[in-house]
Formats: sequence, structure tokens, C-alpha cells
Amino acid sequence: MIEYLRNWFWTYVWKPLPDMPFGDWMETFIRWAREAWSAGFDAVDAGLEFLYTHLADGLLWLPSGVMVLLFAAAAWAAKGWKLGVGIGLGMFVVAWTPYWEETMQTLAMVLVAAAIAIALAIPLGIAAAESRAFSAVARPVLDFMQTLPAFVYLIPVVMLFSVGVVPGIIATIIFAMPPGVRLTELGLRQVDGEVVEAGQAFGASPARILVRIKLPLALPTIMAGLNQVIMLALSMVVIAGLVGGGGLGAVISGSLGRLDIAAGFNAGLAVVLLAILLDRVTQGLSDRTPVARAARLAR
Amino acid sequence: MPAIEVESLYKVFGKGAKGAVAQLKAGVPRDELNARNVTAAVIDHDWAIEAGEIFVVMGLSGSGKSTLIRMLNGLIRPTAGTIRIDGVELGSLSKREIRRLRREKISMVFQHFALLPHRSVVENVAFGLEIKGLNKTERLERAREAVQLVGLAGHEDKLPAQLSGGMRQRVGLARALAADTEILLMDEAFSALDPLIRQEMQDQLLELQATLGKTIVFITHDLNEAMRIGDRIAICDGRVKQLGTAEEILMHPADEYVAEFTADVDRTRVLTAEAVMEPCGSRDTSAFPTVECDVPVNELYEPVLSSKAPLLVVDDNADPLGVVTPRSIIKSLAPERESGDAEQEPQPA
Repeated sequence: MIEYLRNWFWTYVWKPLPDMPFGDWMETFIRWAREAWSAGFDAVDAGLEFLYTHLADGLLWLPSGVMVLLFAAAAWAAKGWKLGVGIGLGMFVVAWTPYWEETMQTLAMVLVAAAIAIALAIPLGIAAAESRAFSAVARPVLDFMQTLPAFVYLIPVVMLFSVGVVPGIIATIIFAMPPGVRLTELGLRQVDGEVVEAGQAFGASPARILVRIKLPLALPTIMAGLNQVIMLALSMVVIAGLVGGGGLGAVISGSLGRLDIAAGFNAGLAVVLLAILLDRVTQGLSDRTPVARAARLAR
Repeated sequence: MPAIEVESLYKVFGKGAKGAVAQLKAGVPRDELNARNVTAAVIDHDWAIEAGEIFVVMGLSGSGKSTLIRMLNGLIRPTAGTIRIDGVELGSLSKREIRRLRREKISMVFQHFALLPHRSVVENVAFGLEIKGLNKTERLERAREAVQLVGLAGHEDKLPAQLSGGMRQRVGLARALAADTEILLMDEAFSALDPLIRQEMQDQLLELQATLGKTIVFITHDLNEAMRIGDRIAICDGRVKQLGTAEEILMHPADEYVAEFTADVDRTRVLTAEAVMEPCGSRDTSAFPTVECDVPVNELYEPVLSSKAPLLVVDDNADPLGVVTPRSIIKSLAPERESGDAEQEPQPA
């Protein structure tokens, strides 16, 4: 009986199936898009290149010693003197490695990619919070964006933008955006319904309720999303070194090829310290939002 | 013209709401609809509130009182029937016009206060004025006045988290008062507070009302509270079971549902001398000590006990209305004795 079913399945279902076409469809689409929208891709390419080079140049304009002090001061302002001292020490170690320039390039890529990702994520998160239908469509797309192995993005992106910094930034934007959307939606949905109702009862328009009530109350959660976006961006930017993204990623993929343990470790250390800087500073900023401060008072 | 007027008002949640209204009108009971996942929250409400009145809607949870109050400011649209605010029918207004109506005429106080946690007391109170479009100096000035009015002077710059529950609800009340609307909707406004604080808030509301003269719709599930503050009370369970003054409801409950509620009420606080007096009859009342007709019963014990003669109840013009004796008080406070079934019509088969 089982034998029969297996034969039946083999002859009538499995064998007549054509080869799995999804990959081919994607390839056809990307090839088509490259031709059809080439002007758009060129413009994006030029724009991102411009942002990145100027930001990287800006970060490298001052000597590393001054920059270390500036990073320490930023951490102090965001959280307190303890973090300031810790970050100062961390960035001193980074300056001590031979990869200060690469670290600043990586930081510039992260900042450009994260800024664009969050600028896209917040409006999408608002739309998802306001519309159940949009949310239902967005959720699987976000799952897909976040779980597709990071390397896979690089292939079509390189095809569209050729090798360099820009494909790395594009892939990073796609990979890092989902938590920004999700946490924006979550934060907005968690806003106390009675407070929103109070806004309505006093005659506020939906736009005003969003700006004056929902967004301020959701801000701590949105900031947690920003933190996630930045951390994911950093991890992706390193991977983007494989496609000529420059920065620490290039050092790491280069040392992988040469089995250069010392260089790889130094660059890896710089990544870790940069991650700590970005994480603690954004967390400090999120603790300083008015709602988060009020919540601390309540305890 | 009544401040608020509702006419054959229905709100039904669930599929086939319009059809359910027709069935309710034809006399299908509410429970039968519930079985089909159709919830009739408000059934055939028909009443009017005059300006300056405190109108209490009392009912248990699920009696549709929250739905009702949200229909009065257009947060929920009725399934059938009309609502008129100062003669203007809500159903005829666009969304924009309803928002303007809320800004200018109706404000609301919420059960869990609904304050913005990151804004100071005075900024919270200024919220309604901000939406009205007042500039910052003016709205903060008026908000400060409202904060003083509710007795929170000195707490202007605190955050809600730094205040007690009672103080937070004062902020909610001040926010509604600052908006300077004629109508105040209070949705279980004191229900989340401790009993003592609740009583304090009720007193304060009555005190404020004596000078402000707002039209207040107050929702509660506590009949004692309803009787303390309401000029008139509507007891609801989907339908309005009874609408009247506290005394009318206590003395003549419309049906068993209402009577069950009134059993728990502290009658001595609600009933007045007028309600517990008996006719003068042939007594010579000239030597009796007098008492005003609107004195509550719990303030009569002392004078009744210390006087050998009955108390003479007089009206505003000092004309005698009746007399109060210990016996007459006890008689009125005791639960009504079961009377014979003579009044009950045999049900037609």
C-alpha cells in the first residue's frame, strides 16, 4: 500500500514538477530591473557614495586622539562619566590598532545605512500600527528580510551596483531595517488606549494624536528598535567587506584569505569596541527620553 | 432646550446589528441576541438632560454605560436613534465637525485618568487648550487656574507618577475643567480610587458644581455614589430600568432588578425628612420643634431623640408638611413588607 502511494507520488507529482523556479524568477527580475531602472540605481549609487565619502572624510578629518576624546564626551553626555571613561579607553585601544581609518570608514557606513534604515522603518512601523492589513502583509516580508542569510543579499546587490561601498550599504539597509519596523509598530500598539481616547475626546485630529500622544509614548520602544538596527547594521557592514565594502570588513576578509590571525584579531577587536560604543550610546539616549525618565520616577 | 437629548438610541455590536435593533424593538430579549454573539449594549434610551444637571448613569459592567457615554461625544456611533447636543444632531456632523464639538462643548474624565506620563501636571491640564489652539502662555495660565481650582496648587510641575491616585484624578478633572466646556462626561471617574478618597472627590465635585453649573453625565457602578451626587439617576441594564431622583428610586423601585440594588444603599443619607414624615393628622403642631424638609435622615436622629414631641417638617416657606417621629423613620427605612399578590394581574396564557 505504502509502496503504491510512493510510486503514485513519484510518477504523478514529483517527476512532472519542473525544476524549482523561484531562484530563476529572482534572477530574471534582477537582470530585468538592472536594465529597466538603471537611471534610478545610478542615482542611488551616486547619492550613497556621496554621503559615505563625506561622512568618512569628516570622521577622519580630526586626528584620532581628538576623536577618542570626542567619543568619550558623547558617551558622557549620553549616559554619565563612567561610560565616558569606558568608551574613552575602548576607543584608545582602537586607535592603538593599525585600523583607525578602517574603523572610521565602517562607522560611516553604519551611520549612513542605519540612518536610512530607520528613516524607512519608522513610517513603515506607523503604517503597520495603524493598519492591520498592512501589518499582516509586512510581517512575512520582514521575516524574510531578516532571516535570509546575509550573504545572499550581496549577490543581487553587487549585480545592480557593482562592487564597492554602496552595495554593502544597500544590503545593510535591507538587513538591518526589520527590527526598526517591528519595534515601532510594537511601541505604537502598546500605547495605553485610554490615553489615545483622551486625545480623541478632547477633539484632537488623528495626526495630532500620533505626534503628540502615540509617538512620544512609543519613543523608548522605537529607540530600542534604533539600537537593534544599528547593531545589525554593524554586523552586516563587516560582511559587506567581502564585496569590496572597505573598512574593517575588508581587513577581516583579507586576513581570512591570508590566515593572518593577528590582523584578523585586531580588526575584530575594533568591531567589538565599536559595537559597544554604538550600543551604549544609543541605550543611554533611549533612557533619556521623557517617557523613560517618567517611568523611572514611578518606581 | 435640553443640553443633551437622546431618542430611541440603540447600540448593538456584532454582525447584523441593524436587524438586531428591529428584533429588540419587536421585543426579543437581550440574552437571546447574546447567544448569537450579538451584543446589545444600549437599548432604546430615551431621555433628556437639562443644562446644569448632574445625570448619573448607573449599571453593572456590561450594562452599556461606557458605550453610552462614548456615544454622547461621538467616539462611538449609534446603531439607531438620535443624539442631540444643544439641539444639534450628532449624526448630521462630519468627523471634523464632531472634533470641533468635542473641543468646544464636551470634555471627559477617564477611569484610569489617561494622563500623559511624560508631561507635568500643568502641561497635562493644558492639553485640551493646546488642541484648541491657544498659545503657550495663555494655556499654561489657564491650566494653572484649573489646577488651583481642584486643590493641586503647588504640584504644578510634578509628573503624574509622583502623585497619588486621587491627585491624578484631580489632574484629569482639572484638564476637563480647563477646556471650559459646558458638558462634562465622567466615565467611572472615581471608581479606581480608595473609598475615602472617592468620597472626598465626590464632595469636591459637588462643591465645584455649585459654582460652575456644568452639565455632567456621570457613569458609575456604585449606587451609593450615584445617589450622593446625582440630581437624577438612570439605572441601566441595556435598557433604562428606571430614571428618577435618588429618593424616587429608593422609595419606589420600578422592578426587582432595581430593588436589588437599592437594598444595599445607605438610605439614611439619601432620604430626607420629607420622605420619612407622616401626616400631621389632628395633632396640634404649634409647639413642635421644626426641621427643614430637605434634611437627610441621618441628621434627624439627634433632634428626634432629644425632643419629647415629634419634629414638624416645614418647607422653604415654613409651611408645615408633616411630622417625623421615631416610628415614622423606622417605618420608612425598614424594607417594604411583602404585600399581597392582589396587584399582580394573572398572566394571560
